[in-house]
Amino acid sequence: MAGAIARSVANPVRRLRLRVRGAVQGVGFRPFAYRLARRMRLSGFVLNDGAGVLIEIEGPDADRFPDMIRNEAPPLARIDSIDVLELDPAGGEGFDIRESLVGRSATRIGADAATCSECRREQTDPSSRFFGYAFVNCTHCGPRFTITRALPYDRAQTSMASFPMCAACAADYADPENRRFHAEPVACPDCGPRLSHPIAGVAAKIAEGGIVALKGIGGFHLLCDARNDAAIDLLRTRKARDRKPFAVMVRDIDAARALARLTEAEEALLASSASPIVLVEPRAHELSGLIAPGLARTGIMLAYSPLHHLLFDALAESSHCFPALVATSANPGGQPLVADNAEAERRLAAIADLIVTHDRDIAVRADDSVMQVIDGVPAFIRRARGFVPEPVDIGTDGPSVIAVGADLKNTICVTRGREAFLSQHVGDLDNAEAIRFQREAVSHLCSILDVKPEFAACDLHPDFRSVRIAESLNLAVVPVQHHVAHIAAVTAEHQLSGLVLGLALDGHGFGADGTSWGGEMLALDGHRWHRAGSLAPLPLPGGDRAAREPWRMGVAALQAAGCIALAPQLWPGDSGVAQLTAMFERGTQVPVTSSLGRLFDAAAAITGVRRVQSYEGQAAMEFEALARNPRVLQSGFAISGGRLGFHPLILHLALQDQDAPAAADLFHGTLIEGLAEWAAEGARNLGTRRIALGGGCMMNRVLAAGLARSLRERGLDPYLPRLAPANDGGIALGQAAFARQVIVNEYASVEESRTCA
Amino acid sequence: LSHGAGGRAMGQLIEGIFHKAFDNDWLRAGNDQSAFSVPGGRMVMTTDGYVVSPLFFPGGNIGTLAVHGTINDIAMAGAVPLYLSASFIIEEGFPLIDLERIAESMGSASREAGVPIITGDTKVVERGKADGVFISTAGVGMVPGSLDLRADAARPGDAVIVSGSIGDHGVAVMSKRENLEFDTAIVSDSAALHGLVATMVAAGGQHIRLMRDPTRGGIAATLNEIASQSKIGFHIDEEAIPLKPEVAAACEFLGLDPLNVANEGKLVAVVAPDGADAVLAAMRAHPLGAEATLIGHAVADENCFVQMATSFGGGRIVDWLSGEQLPRIC
Ligand SMILES: [Fe+3]
Ligand SMILES: [Mg+2]
Ligand SMILES: [Zn+2]
Ligand SMILES: [Zn+2]
Repeated sequence: MAGAIARSVANPVRRLRLRVRGAVQGVGFRPFAYRLARRMRLSGFVLNDGAGVLIEIEGPDADRFPDMIRNEAPPLARIDSIDVLELDPAGGEGFDIRESLVGRSATRIGADAATCSECRREQTDPSSRFFGYAFVNCTHCGPRFTITRALPYDRAQTSMASFPMCAACAADYADPENRRFHAEPVACPDCGPRLSHPIAGVAAKIAEGGIVALKGIGGFHLLCDARNDAAIDLLRTRKARDRKPFAVMVRDIDAARALARLTEAEEALLASSASPIVLVEPRAHELSGLIAPGLARTGIMLAYSPLHHLLFDALAESSHCFPALVATSANPGGQPLVADNAEAERRLAAIADLIVTHDRDIAVRADDSVMQVIDGVPAFIRRARGFVPEPVDIGTDGPSVIAVGADLKNTICVTRGREAFLSQHVGDLDNAEAIRFQREAVSHLCSILDVKPEFAACDLHPDFRSVRIAESLNLAVVPVQHHVAHIAAVTAEHQLSGLVLGLALDGHGFGADGTSWGGEMLALDGHRWHRAGSLAPLPLPGGDRAAREPWRMGVAALQAAGCIALAPQLWPGDSGVAQLTAMFERGTQVPVTSSLGRLFDAAAAITGVRRVQSYEGQAAMEFEALARNPRVLQSGFAISGGRLGFHPLILHLALQDQDAPAAADLFHGTLIEGLAEWAAEGARNLGTRRIALGGGCMMNRVLAAGLARSLRERGLDPYLPRLAPANDGGIALGQAAFARQVIVNEYASVEESRTCA
Repeated sequence: LSHGAGGRAMGQLIEGIFHKAFDNDWLRAGNDQSAFSVPGGRMVMTTDGYVVSPLFFPGGNIGTLAVHGTINDIAMAGAVPLYLSASFIIEEGFPLIDLERIAESMGSASREAGVPIITGDTKVVERGKADGVFISTAGVGMVPGSLDLRADAARPGDAVIVSGSIGDHGVAVMSKRENLEFDTAIVSDSAALHGLVATMVAAGGQHIRLMRDPTRGGIAATLNEIASQSKIGFHIDEEAIPLKPEVAAACEFLGLDPLNVANEGKLVAVVAPDGADAVLAAMRAHPLGAEATLIGHAVADENCFVQMATSFGGGRIVDWLSGEQLPRIC
């Protein structure tokens, strides 16, 4: 204490101007700075402006202020940088929050955040005015992205515009000492949104085995009891969803622990303010077997809105064990999720026994995000609510590009400066509703970022609808090959410049030579790339049919391995197999693919794991679920001329009568070993140690973690997709980043030729 | 068949084949052109080149296609086809016997249709410069009365009628090309449609907005083309579209969407709501329209989407492909 006094006596009064960048607007940063400055007896002011937060502080302790900001920042704030400028002391009393100098009050809209512990406490406190309220929120939690229509981020631009604040809420909103200071969605039972049904009735409907459509943050959920087989079966029937896994929602982390064996990283992810669905290892017999049939991992999320909490409170009253709910996006027929009340009545009436709405509009839809922990680090399967519109810092500046992604699992991406904003998951662009949603996402994103893209980027596929959409934007269009985009997404998020070797381990993408690619070794260097190698091609009989029916790939892989005669023995009496076998034997030519995804399908079919898929990726996921201890089949693969083939492995799997788990271990182990050897050779030839791993197959935890480890053992540096999904949900990021390299390079060469002339 | 040497003799030989097969007064007159008179009114003219591999397939060959295709292009204007021309580019070494087969089937196709081939030309090119034989036909016809069918005439609410099962031709050709065997033989639907069109025009010509023969690209391409030209959209119903079970099975095996597969004896008509029943009834009374079906409607849609209601309640966009059906699933 004596030291501190001595220092403060010794310290002269200083005035500092701090420029704080990052996610610092709409997260309670100004009141936080206000409270901190008052505590430290500093004078000055804080304001929001176009670049972030600007603070001036004056006093003997001013130089400690930046560190204090970093250490104590509010939960939803993310500080990217603090620039400090020394000014002459100006004197003045007190510290105030100033209105913005010029321009927009907030240039950054935050992601939606799960209910904070304080709000949850008020919700259960009979003396609080928020007691039992389904829409309680504060600066540390609540909806943002999904209720905001346009900039600037203030109540008038959100779906809260139609709810004038009552006196109590207005007082909280105006009080810098209050947790609700400038919380735009602030509301209470007196002035805020209302639920269409009493919560007890909703809980009763679920308890009796019914299906409830519940309006949430980014759209409607379909809910039912996760322990009631009949209810889940009914939901599957009504949703026309055979076997695709459902997510489960529980009220808190304790319930999640009871349901699943969680690692520390998984717990942290579940309890984060983004509150994603996390794929975890379930404990046996806790839930209905119908939730994720055939899979080793189940998607679990915690209740993240006050409405969910109320529902769980009501359910807990009538239940002897802790409640668990199937919570699946209400997206009938594979179309985008329903978010609008009238639409819910129209599209969900045939699925739900009860449709529960409220009168706060969802301005823009966002599905639940889905994640898993790979190699100890969180990775995306689907990126949406809780993360959008958080940018990915891609390290370099450039013109604004809008990338339209791929046709399946579509997302779009808009760059602004060195930030790339990936949209929420849009879905498959095969229906008009999805195209409408994509358009909505494009205009919403451009509007909340306040940018007008100068260029468009898209896939090379001649028949992708997204490509037509890019062409309709009236911008110069830069096509980016699918797997180049997969790798560029990884190099962009890791800010890797210069030469990188990329392994794109994927399903299918239109190749630069017009054939089907999907297991590619690419050398990427800025705007330049070449195909350094690929997997040995397999016939792709029936195009997309082969992706739906793994047995076709099974037969095709046998044909490629030179043992087509085995096919009728593996699938005796199967007329499709007989026909395809006969076709190959007659010498019919079939287009080929270098896809790794299709090799997975082939292996899953040959080992009897799955003949026909009822949802995309099912065969590979079920095959992965069987793998425990990957083992390497010696000489199971061959590398020649940059080409990696697994014919001996396929032959072995077809000939050896082993059980499916042993086959899955052998397949994964050999695959990892082969890919690592192949990459090591490619890296040696190219003279780099950096290996970017991308593509849909990188969602396979066994493969991704095993390959990363195997590459490290060979002295190489693997980079995995972390901030964007490894699958086509991350394609837009790669398209945008790569297209910008191409554009910047072309500008550079135009400039060069000018100077030369 | 040889090229160059002995050209004159060869030329005469080839000409003989065609003259014999197409035999009519105009060809017998031996001029380099043929003269004919037409009734007054609006005339239509069309021309089309035919390349197909293989040249012979179940239900027809390149020659029947060349006759039916050009007749159908005329008929789609609601017109009565009158005369055809035919021009042949033949690869050196092409078997004469095959040429004879093609010529004969063209002759009988044109006689059956009542549309004579009244002028033509042949060229033999070096080996490798052509794939067997290429045929180009042109035709003229007369539009009855005040009929005026236009590509941009479809309006929201109009009925979409297809004259019969789809995909037969494309699948027949493909199975032959890929050497495939199916339990039931699939035969091309190659046929001249002007007779069917005449009955449609008689029954409700004033209600017909436009007609198309959904050849290359199938009904998917045709509907998308009409949608963008008329600036409307279409809603069609998957279950209503006539499709032979054996064609469906073959498409499933080959991984093809039957909507994208070519037809050579089918038409798609867009008909004003008031006339849909009459036109449909007239079609069903004609042998080539016995399976005619209403498959959907035009709708107002600034995106010009062709949307199909699928059996499980959803609706997918029917695509307009740039070429062959490429995989999309990643
Ligand atoms: Fe992909
Ligand atoms: Mg034509
Ligand atoms: Zn809160
Ligand atoms: Zn209030």
